[in-house]
Amino acid sequence: MSRALVWRQSSPLPGFRLTLGLTLAYLAVVVLIPLAALILRAAKLGLPGIVHIALDSRVVAALRVTFGVSLAASAVDVVFGVLVAWVLTRYRFPGRRAFDAMVDLPFALPTAVAGIALATLYAPNGVFGAALERIGLRVAFTPWGILVALIFVGLPFVVRAVQPVLQDLDAELEEASATLGASRAKTLRRVILPQIAPAALTGMALAFARGVGEYGSVIFIAGNIAYVSEIAPLLIIVKLEEYDYDGATAIAAIMLAVSFVMLFVINAAQGWSRRRTGHV
Amino acid sequence: MSDLALTRRAAKVADEAPLAKAAAIAAALAFLSLFFLAPLAVVIAQASAKGFSAYWQALAEPDARAAIALTLTIAAVVVPLNAGFGLAAAWAIAKFQFAGKNLAVTLIDLPFSVSPVVSGLVFVLLFGAQGWFGGFLAAHHVKIIFAVPGIALATLFVTFPFVARELIALMQQQGTAEEEAALTLGAGGLKTFLSVTLPNAKWALLTGVLLCNARAMGEFGAVSVVSGHIRGATNTIPLQVEILYNEYSIAAAFALASLLALLALVTLVVKLAVEARAAR
Repeated sequence: MSRALVWRQSSPLPGFRLTLGLTLAYLAVVVLIPLAALILRAAKLGLPGIVHIALDSRVVAALRVTFGVSLAASAVDVVFGVLVAWVLTRYRFPGRRAFDAMVDLPFALPTAVAGIALATLYAPNGVFGAALERIGLRVAFTPWGILVALIFVGLPFVVRAVQPVLQDLDAELEEASATLGASRAKTLRRVILPQIAPAALTGMALAFARGVGEYGSVIFIAGNIAYVSEIAPLLIIVKLEEYDYDGATAIAAIMLAVSFVMLFVINAAQGWSRRRTGHV
Repeated sequence: MSDLALTRRAAKVADEAPLAKAAAIAAALAFLSLFFLAPLAVVIAQASAKGFSAYWQALAEPDARAAIALTLTIAAVVVPLNAGFGLAAAWAIAKFQFAGKNLAVTLIDLPFSVSPVVSGLVFVLLFGAQGWFGGFLAAHHVKIIFAVPGIALATLFVTFPFVARELIALMQQQGTAEEEAALTLGAGGLKTFLSVTLPNAKWALLTGVLLCNARAMGEFGAVSVVSGHIRGATNTIPLQVEILYNEYSIAAAFALASLLALLALVTLVVKLAVEARAAR
């Protein structure tokens, strides 16, 4: 029998059947069956039914805000995430470790807490809100508020994707580039940037995917005005509160489909990154 | 020129000008301060704005105490289940080679790419009044949605990958040599697991449990969909924070939120300590 046909390579360790069985059973009960309920419900609506709901102007507006602002936020995150990762890995300065630890804050701080904190900061009478009001920019209760919240939740994805690649960059390449007469700016652009680009894009895709689904940190600062600053996850809740299960299912199915596509893109980007740099 | 001088020279050409360096550090720290430090500072400032006795009163209020108790209960149910699952999954996936392993890893990570609101919705579609099992549950007077079991299920779903993913990453690196040695020396499977595998993976297990716990206590979107927001009964801390904030009880909202912020800080500090230990 050829090796490709062997389902499992033999191993002296015990417990494979037991632990894999437990894992798959638990996975099925907690994750797969619930997700199947959504997919079945969406299948009952059929593609025409989903498209019909998705073309409702309020749904279109919510999807446009959700995807548009998530993309903008992930673009900001990729720029500042690379900068933060660079500064944290390359330079030594007081407080570096504290700032490094702080990057994980959005992973640990509950979204509702981040949400009320950001809303308080950027409200017209808040510390940042009042200052921005003076230059004529209102952030709270507008799409700008959504942008601020999504920049917050997305940043660590970029930083944590880029950091390990920067740490393991081969210093000899930079030195060779400098010895051959390239300016530092040119070395950064032509030698370093191409090496961290795959990781940065992976981080950006992760930040985007997180932004699309984000709820807690957004709703307090967004103002949730239909057609203006209402995000798709909130519209799912609105539909549920109206007992419109079909409407909620259709929006959720669209978001789930996008998550799966993103998952595929992220996996492909990670594969590219690994081939280029030996890192995830 | 000596080797040392050459190295120094190379280090110098492959470095930024002091001014550019200072500007990069300043920009990165300004960004982190604006987006990460400021929200934390606001939580502390607002929670303490009305003094210690008001803070204490906000936490001792019956609905707040019920929310704290419910949050602790949910975490006490969810974290051990997901930790047990994580151990089983890591054993099967990290210690054996089998077909479909990558698929299993992708499926375990799936909840990370599903919006929290969609994670809650799937359980409404299963167990809600108009869900697949809604009629059956109503006939047997079992309440899952708008009750504690629904909150536990939604929390299980969203915190599902944390422990498994930390353990799989570490245990894959560690390989199986030590386990094989233990078996050769006559230890049984369970003994090998308890006295070889578990001690080797204890720090990753701790990190996974902490992250899982922080998310379980702080989950907002998924829980918000299934809870029904019944005061004193189905409100977790984040949901109670939302209600207080929307009622303009700002100080009370931030007092409760400060508990979760504290939990986040403790989680980050312990994670940092574990990582520093692993680096040594």
